[in-house]
Amino acid sequence: MLMEFLPLLIILLLAVFIGVFVVVLGSTFGPKRPGQRKNSPYESGMVPYGPAKRRISVRYYLIAVLFILFDIEVVFLVPWAVVVRQIGVPGLVFMIIFVLILEVAHLYAWKKGALEWD
Amino acid sequence: MTRMIDIYSILPVMIVAGWALLLLVVDLWIPRHRKGITALLAAIGLAIALGFVLASSGNTILGFNQMVVLDGFSSFMQVLFLVSGMVAVALAYDYIQRMNINHGEFYVLMMFSIAGMMLMSQAYNLLMVFLALELLSIPLYVLTGFARTRLESEEASLKYFLLGAFASGFVLYGTALIFSATGQLDFVGIAAVVTAGSANSVLFLIGAALLLVGFGFKIAAVPFQMWTPDVYQGAPTPVTAFMSVAVKAAGFAALMRVFLVLFPSLSEHLTPILWVMAALTMIVGNIVALAQNNIKRMLAYSAIAHAGYILMAFVAFGNGEVVGNTVAATLFYLVAYGLTSFGAWALVIVIEREYGKGILLDDLAGIGKHYPWLGVAMLVFMLSFAGVPLTMGFWGKFYLFRTAVQAGYIGLAIIGLLTSVASAYYYLRVVVYMFMKPGEPKLQINPWVSLVIGVAALAVLLLSLIPWTILELASRAVLLLQ
Amino acid sequence: MPLGYFLGLSAIMFTVGVLGVILRRNALVIFMSLELMFNAANLVFVTYASYYQILIGQIFVFFVMAVAAAEVAVGLALMVAIFRTKHSIDIDQMSSLKG
Repeated sequence: MLMEFLPLLIILLLAVFIGVFVVVLGSTFGPKRPGQRKNSPYESGMVPYGPAKRRISVRYYLIAVLFILFDIEVVFLVPWAVVVRQIGVPGLVFMIIFVLILEVAHLYAWKKGALEWD
Repeated sequence: MTRMIDIYSILPVMIVAGWALLLLVVDLWIPRHRKGITALLAAIGLAIALGFVLASSGNTILGFNQMVVLDGFSSFMQVLFLVSGMVAVALAYDYIQRMNINHGEFYVLMMFSIAGMMLMSQAYNLLMVFLALELLSIPLYVLTGFARTRLESEEASLKYFLLGAFASGFVLYGTALIFSATGQLDFVGIAAVVTAGSANSVLFLIGAALLLVGFGFKIAAVPFQMWTPDVYQGAPTPVTAFMSVAVKAAGFAALMRVFLVLFPSLSEHLTPILWVMAALTMIVGNIVALAQNNIKRMLAYSAIAHAGYILMAFVAFGNGEVVGNTVAATLFYLVAYGLTSFGAWALVIVIEREYGKGILLDDLAGIGKHYPWLGVAMLVFMLSFAGVPLTMGFWGKFYLFRTAVQAGYIGLAIIGLLTSVASAYYYLRVVVYMFMKPGEPKLQINPWVSLVIGVAALAVLLLSLIPWTILELASRAVLLLQ
Repeated sequence: MPLGYFLGLSAIMFTVGVLGVILRRNALVIFMSLELMFNAANLVFVTYASYYQILIGQIFVFFVMAVAAAEVAVGLALMVAIFRTKHSIDIDQMSSLKG
């Protein structure tokens, strides 16, 4: 039974090896010229300002919660998609009803302005 | 494949849920100051569903591959839930305007919760029990916190949510263990495996005990009652009234359906536990209520105590000879308690002026003098709660005690009797404050709320004279045992 | 592997979840403990679904996931609301309801 997992183990080892190998390669053979700009967190990006712990807009939570809801409901779509040919039209009808119910929720969130960022 | 009869068996549930979905969309286009339309539409939806429940009552159908059942018990319970819903809408209409929380979602959430309760009374599969439990609970968490930005409401909501989800966790794990013991989830299959004796008895027993803990939270039985006073106090009062009647009834519906069908063989182990729970619930509920000054908290403890009386009759759930009486007495008591409770909470709504303050006993002073009919109505409700002879509450307790004595639990009946006598003190104290203390109350009475008070008081009075009509109906509401 | 291992693991998860709910004071941590309780049940369901070769055990897990998501949404919304009102989600400080 454990032999079934052998490919997974091989992939795991390979991934670890490649990751370590590339990093070691770069740090061994790459040129090193430290300087102030080089040591900033985002070398070619913006200069960071302010503390890292800031209050996040409450909009963010709203979007996150909506995402959780609509994301998880997909769990019912996957098993349906697997057997869609066997269960035929009745299955399709029930899935349409299910999606319509989700659509009511979507419409509600939309009309309430939950999907607008500002 | 889905047959027409399957649809027919849960048509009322589908109507309530579908209507609530439509109402959610329609409400988006109803302006803020005309939310009365939403209330009216919600009440119409509940009334239509009530018509279908009455039309389909009397049948016994197992639908959707034994996922759901339609029997006399479920029909009786559904009538109770739908009427509770309509009363709650009537109570809420004025209240949520006055407290400035006038959103149409209130009614929609209430309808979803009712759909969950109705499904609960029909569930014949542990998957359906779990789904119905969540469908009835989740909207209630939101309703409890509906007076958002009021800290009392938010805290009550969070407490209710955490403990409610905790209870759901117990129900879920109990279900999982029963599945592991029997390999079945539908009641027919589990009962068959248990009868054949091939179930793992240890896992099965632990599963049953965990389910008891979970349902114990929902019906607020001691020692799982600690959330009740806080939540009842912090929630908007119409929601509290709805919870104290309908959620309690739904909890008992689940308890009875699951235990009477699945666990009669475990009664040897579970009866002593239930005995202790019933005794503690009656004692703690009544004793703590004695010390309450706040009417909302007092009624919350009284609600706990009344759950204890019902549990008392339920202790004998494994005794096949008295089970019929247990179901009938419980249904009767739920009706008696529901009418009285709605009346009492409606009075609280009339008197309550500022959110979260609650009402102290002193706020009642003078009401009996200036508003005599309110005082008389409260007198009726309090007498019925206390179980003073020949009131409806008395008949309810009488049937419960008779069932307990019949099953041989005389000690429990005596505890019930003594605590019931003690409860008269705090119920009558309310009436004393209303009539004997001087005061100048100024009340604004909404016609819908006074309608509820009047109808509840009249119904309690009338049914006190002819209690056997309801008992007759309750006796015919047979629960389908396998 | 014997079933007992899975059952034991789920029992440990469930107990840790229950203890977390009872002992911890931060609402968010209690929330995570609740999820642990739910997932303990899920483990039992999938284990015995494969043992009995009955599909409904796995279907149940789908439903639990969906329901848990709905509960998460409501719970998080409540916590955001309460945090905005009083800047704390410590349940020991929730004392506006007393009697």
